[in-house]
Amino acid sequence: MDTSVITDNLAQYVSGAWLTLHLVFISCLCGLALAIPLAVLRVSRNHLVSGTVGVYTYFFRGTPMLVQLLLIYYGFAQFQWLQDQWQAEHPLWLLFREPYFCALLAFALNTCAYTTEIIAGSMRNVPHGEIEAARAMGMSYPTLLRRIVLPSALRRAIPAYSNEIILMLQGSSIASAVTLVDITGAARNVYSVHFAPFEAFVFAGLIYLVLTFALVGAFRLAERHWLAHLQPRKSAAAPVPSA
Amino acid sequence: MSKLAFFAAALLAVSVNVQAKDWSTIRMATEGAYPPFNEVGSDGALRGLDVDIGNALCAELKAKCVWVKQEWDGMIPALISRKFDTIIASMSVTEERKKKVDFTDKYYSSPLALIAKSGSPLRPALESLKGKRVGVQRGTVSDNYATKFWDGKGVTVVRYAKQDEAYLDLGSGRMDAAFVDFWEAHGGFLSKPDGKSYSVLGDKVFGKTAEERAVIGDGIGIAVRKKDQDLKAALNKALAAIRANGTYEKITKRYFVDDIYGQ
Repeated sequence: MDTSVITDNLAQYVSGAWLTLHLVFISCLCGLALAIPLAVLRVSRNHLVSGTVGVYTYFFRGTPMLVQLLLIYYGFAQFQWLQDQWQAEHPLWLLFREPYFCALLAFALNTCAYTTEIIAGSMRNVPHGEIEAARAMGMSYPTLLRRIVLPSALRRAIPAYSNEIILMLQGSSIASAVTLVDITGAARNVYSVHFAPFEAFVFAGLIYLVLTFALVGAFRLAERHWLAHLQPRKSAAAPVPSA
Repeated sequence: MSKLAFFAAALLAVSVNVQAKDWSTIRMATEGAYPPFNEVGSDGALRGLDVDIGNALCAELKAKCVWVKQEWDGMIPALISRKFDTIIASMSVTEERKKKVDFTDKYYSSPLALIAKSGSPLRPALESLKGKRVGVQRGTVSDNYATKFWDGKGVTVVRYAKQDEAYLDLGSGRMDAAFVDFWEAHGGFLSKPDGKSYSVLGDKVFGKTAEERAVIGDGIGIAVRKKDQDLKAALNKALAAIRANGTYEKITKRYFVDDIYGQ
């Protein structure tokens, strides 16, 4: 094992890790922001509304993220119309020329679909008693959502959502398929220059491992904070002997 | 006792076999994404000039060619790890690669060239390319050249896993130019419908300084593992033979009107 392969290219790995991190962070943030209203629609009693959102999540959960990314990056660019917009420097469509935006869009749409189903599932599992109690208090549906269902559902969704984020972190390695130099892209560059696949990919794996553990730790803290009321009660302080 | 003798004989046979591998079967690897030198035909088989040359060499050596398709950026590691015995995939002979593998004599040579929309003022020079995006295939001599002389000096060098991905992005307008092997561009892009409004801009790049020439390398050869000197010698002999008996010319004329062997 030749460690100089890694030390000589440390800067490339660091900038790759930075790109991976903000791709995952921004796409998950956008995905989550969009997933909350979509989840509300997904649990709607109106079949047309919930069905429409269902078609979206079905499509994005039923196809690989790599295919979605290639479709957005290479697929759309094939159309003359889009190429003409680029020629005319149309600011909105120009975004589709950038590999970073294409990856962000594919990742956000993908994670949003999964997150929608996670939150919708969690909303369906809010105990009936809580809802009945809220109704008995005379809460309207929006108030019920805001005060009771969403806070409870979002908290309960944290463990499943942490898995989604970790899968996104690892799934983001496909960004290198559209010329982005993320952690995997850096490893591929190093590999093709030094012909040392073991060193190049082992170090990339190590970075992913560290990032994954950091995420797991952060989510454990979040669970301790927001799900404290669901955790088994710690042994109570010794009872004060009665006088 | 006779059993023991049999095992001893078998063991001996095996160890002899290991020491002097006979090359009755040669596993040849190519990329299959670099027309007209190597590509995957509609029947799924590999074909192209590299494949024809490989088959001609096998015929000359009375050996059986087994073709293996291998992604470009894993070529050399896969050769070293014995997944196949030779790389015949339009690979330029460079000092960097020679540290890991050995090469036969060249079987053709290609300068580099800048491809962009016909009539564009771009030239393969740092000053001309400032602020532009140039696509290259990762791990090729074009990549090495662009990385060394242009990248980080105002030119954005974008690396693709496959050559045709770079052409796709050139065609859609994502790239201002592609920097490629001249003959590959000539036979694989410019002469095809997709490439009709593109051309080679400025001079072909042969390398003006010793430093540039070191990056571009010394012709295109067949890579073998360093310890397979016997295979290298056999391939060199076969290469000289097909050059002499006209087979080489017959093959190259299928793809190119001009001479691609070079000086």
